[in-house]
Parts: sequence; C-alpha cells; structure tokens
Amino acid sequence: MSTIVSLHNVSKRFGALTVTDDVSFDVPEGEALGIIGPNGAGKSTLFNLITGTLSPDSGRVEYDGRDVTRVPPMQRCLSGIGRSFQIPQPFDRLTVFENLLVSATHGRGLPEGAVEEDCAEVLERTELIKVANSPAGGLTLLQRKRLELARAMATRPKLLLLDEIAGGLTEGECVALVDTIKAIHGEGVTIVWIEHVLHALTSVVERLLVLDFGKVIGIGDPAEIMASREVREIYLGIEV
Amino acid sequence: MIWVDTVLQGVLLGGLYALFALGLSLVFGIMRLVNLAHGDLIVLAAYLILMIVTLLGLGPFLAALIALPIMFALGWALQRVVLNRVLGTDILPPLLVTFGLSVVLQNALLEGFSADSRRIPAGWLETASLPIGPISVGVMPLLTFLSAIGVTLVLQFIFYRTSLGRAFRATSDDPVTASLMGVKPSSVFAQATGIAMVVVTIAALYLGTRANFDPTTGPARLIYAFEAVIIGGLGSLWGTLAGGIIIGVAQTGGAQINPEWQILAGHIAFLVVLLIRPRGLFPRAFD
Repeated sequence: MSTIVSLHNVSKRFGALTVTDDVSFDVPEGEALGIIGPNGAGKSTLFNLITGTLSPDSGRVEYDGRDVTRVPPMQRCLSGIGRSFQIPQPFDRLTVFENLLVSATHGRGLPEGAVEEDCAEVLERTELIKVANSPAGGLTLLQRKRLELARAMATRPKLLLLDEIAGGLTEGECVALVDTIKAIHGEGVTIVWIEHVLHALTSVVERLLVLDFGKVIGIGDPAEIMASREVREIYLGIEV
Repeated sequence: MIWVDTVLQGVLLGGLYALFALGLSLVFGIMRLVNLAHGDLIVLAAYLILMIVTLLGLGPFLAALIALPIMFALGWALQRVVLNRVLGTDILPPLLVTFGLSVVLQNALLEGFSADSRRIPAGWLETASLPIGPISVGVMPLLTFLSAIGVTLVLQFIFYRTSLGRAFRATSDDPVTASLMGVKPSSVFAQATGIAMVVVTIAALYLGTRANFDPTTGPARLIYAFEAVIIGGLGSLWGTLAGGIIIGVAQTGGAQINPEWQILAGHIAFLVVLLIRPRGLFPRAFD
C-alpha cells in the first residue's frame, strides 16, 4: 500500500512557542488515522501544515509521492486534500447548496453542471437536503458540522482531514455522523481525524497518534496506545 | 405638473449616477476595495469611445461596443498587475495606490487630449424626445435610465445565478476559506474588476453624450458614485440604483428652487440619509 501523506521532521514555531516539534509520520493510502492530544498540543496546526495554510519552518510535507512543502493551499485542494474546520466556517451568505457548489466546482476544476447531481447526493448522505436552499448563516451547530463534512466531501477528496467534527454533538447525533464517516472511509477515502470524543474516534480509526506540546509521543494500534502509561498520564491526566 | 416633471427628470438623471456607482459598488462589495480612480476611469473610457468615434467614424453605441472588451482587459490587467498586490487587511495601501492612479490618469489624459472640454457626438439622439402626456422626456436620459436598470439586472443575475457569482460571494464572505476550497481570489478579483470596467464604459457612453467632459471631470463623478453607493448600503446593487435616483431627484429638485442649488441639494440629501440611516437604505444582513 502506497503512502498518501507523510511528514518528515516538520517543525513550526510561533515566536518562542514551538507548536510542531520535529514531527514525522506516514499515512498509508486508505487508512483512517486518529490524532489526539490535549488542547494546545498543535493538532490543528498539523492540519494547517498539511493543507498548506501554514508553511513549516523546517522539514518536508509529501503528498501522493510529491514534495508539497511549498505548494499553495488551492493546488493541494485540487490534488485531493479536503478538510473540515473545528469551528465551522461556511460562507454565511450563500445557501447550503451553493456552499457545496463552490467547493465542488473550484475544488475539482469542473463546471457547475457536472457537479450538481454529485452535490445533491452529498447533501442527501449528510442529511442536509432539507435545508439545501437556506442560507448557511442560519444553520444549527449540528447542521454546520454536517455542512463542514459535506463541503469537504464535495471536492471528492482522496485525503479527508476532519477537525473535531463530533465535538458538541449529542450521543445520537454523534453515532449518525460516525456512520456517515465510516461509509466514506469504506469507499477508500483516507481519513485523518482530530477528535476529543474518543469512542467516536476509536470506532473508526485503525491507528492513533498522540501529540503533546507539538511532539509525537506515540503512534500505533488504538488499544495499545490508550493502554500506554505515558499517554494515560499526559492525555487523560491519570496518575499511574 | 412642474414637480412631476422635476421628479421624473431627477429619476432619469439618477440612472446616470447609478451607472457611475454600480462599478464602484461591485468592486467594493467583492473585495472591500475603494477605487479612488473610478471617476477617472469613466473619463478614460469616454475618451476611448470618442477616439473610436472620430477615428473609425462609427456611431457612439457601436464605438462603446468596441470599447467594452478593451476596458474589460484593462480592468483585468489593472487588478492582476497592480491592485491584487495591495489588497490585504490594511485599507490604506489600496487607497493610496488608486489615488496615485487617479493623478496619473488625469495628467496622462491632459497630455494626450489637452484641457479642452469634449463631447461624444450622438447625432439626432442628442435632441430627440418623447412626449408622455404633457411632459416631454429626452430619449438619451431614458436610455440612460433603462441601461442602469439593465446593468443592475445583469449584475444581479451574475451575482446570484452563475458559478462566477458564487465565487464572488464566497470570496467576499471569506477569502481564506474560499482559497482552501480551490477558489483563486486573485483571478476572481481580476474578473470582477474587468466586469466593473464594462459598467464604467456604459457609464462613459452616457456621460460623454449628454455632457461635456475634460480630463478633470473624474473626481466629481466619483463623489456622486460614492454617495449613491453609501445611500444604498455598501455592496447592495439595487440599493446603489436607489441611491443614484435619490441623488438625481434631490439635484433636479434643488435646481427647481434655485439653479445654483442643484449640486448642493444632492449632497444635502446624502447627508440626510447618512444621519437617518448610517448603514444606508439596504445594508447587508451579515457583516
């Protein structure tokens, strides 16, 4: 199985604060990788480095066998990196359907006629079809989270980055969302998922990566990672 | 009856001001760019139409049709080469650059066409009029007004019914997220300025055929355009049309009382609207 994204000794500093500290890892194509870590561990920054919103101070980011460290965000989007945001950022003045159209046409470089049906299908799968013609500015939290997922899906990504998509949802909502994510993963989309809702995460991912103060402190089988002493101390705050 | 005539003439004049303002409104709405050279670009387009009329011996409407793609290309290049470089969180650099552009344009036009005032000849249309009951309406003012409505309708269609319009609105909403979705803000902005220059050319056609212009005519047109945009509520196209009409009616109304009051009455109407509705008549819902 080939590697779809890999980071090699990537570091990023904001002033004196090192938010990504010599991070290296590979994600094989088709895998679902979960990323956990305390608040401020640098999880979202890691996503920004993969999507290209931020450039690393040192190290390399490779995607699909190419060095993309200096490739601008929109090029990366065109080549198949889709992302959802922790704080949903829809275009408030556009309708839900228009939000999807924009990502689909520009994210895939296709005319609207070619993606309309696809967008409708994504709305169906993410259960947003009923609010398709409402402005995105008026959606509820759950709907905004769903729109984040739908918008990322509308670009037909090879690599889907999910940033705390399950945060703030009720148990039932969370289960429904996890089912959708499982279905997407089942179609062969590689997923990297940052999440605090551990049971949602571990029901999907094959490997877990733990980040603390910008450093990778563990990566591997979820059960083994969760059982390790270091992770329990740092992440779960359990004295062992 | 005199007042009905005054209001009607004011509404028609408002069409011209709306045409001045729509390009400005479009650019501001999409990229939060205040183009201080907007009035001078209208005058530049008027000279371009005049040149085509004199050199090729064409009518003003045909000449404007030829000028449209030239001005679109000019707007596109202006955005690509100059304006995209200064857009950012700081509002000052674009103001300075477009102010400089205004000075350069005025002086280049002065060099090229002298300070003589000129007019685009429109033949019999200049004096043609239609009788509507006891009132007589000029054909050119009527065409101006209908063009303003036409331009508003077309821009509205582009904005809300096309892929390009969705990219305009998405970029205006959030350029960073839009670029993550694969929208290229620099290219979207260049197309927007190109379209604004098409509107500028239509405005120039009516400015040049109905009144004299010279290289220093631009800044005053910019003021009327600004007032129309602000009265309408920043970034709203129908609001801009309404803003133009309000200034037009105020001006003809002022002139009816005393011819010296024409310009002043327009500015006073603007100040009154600003006092009562500081965000304009049709402000945007989310800002």
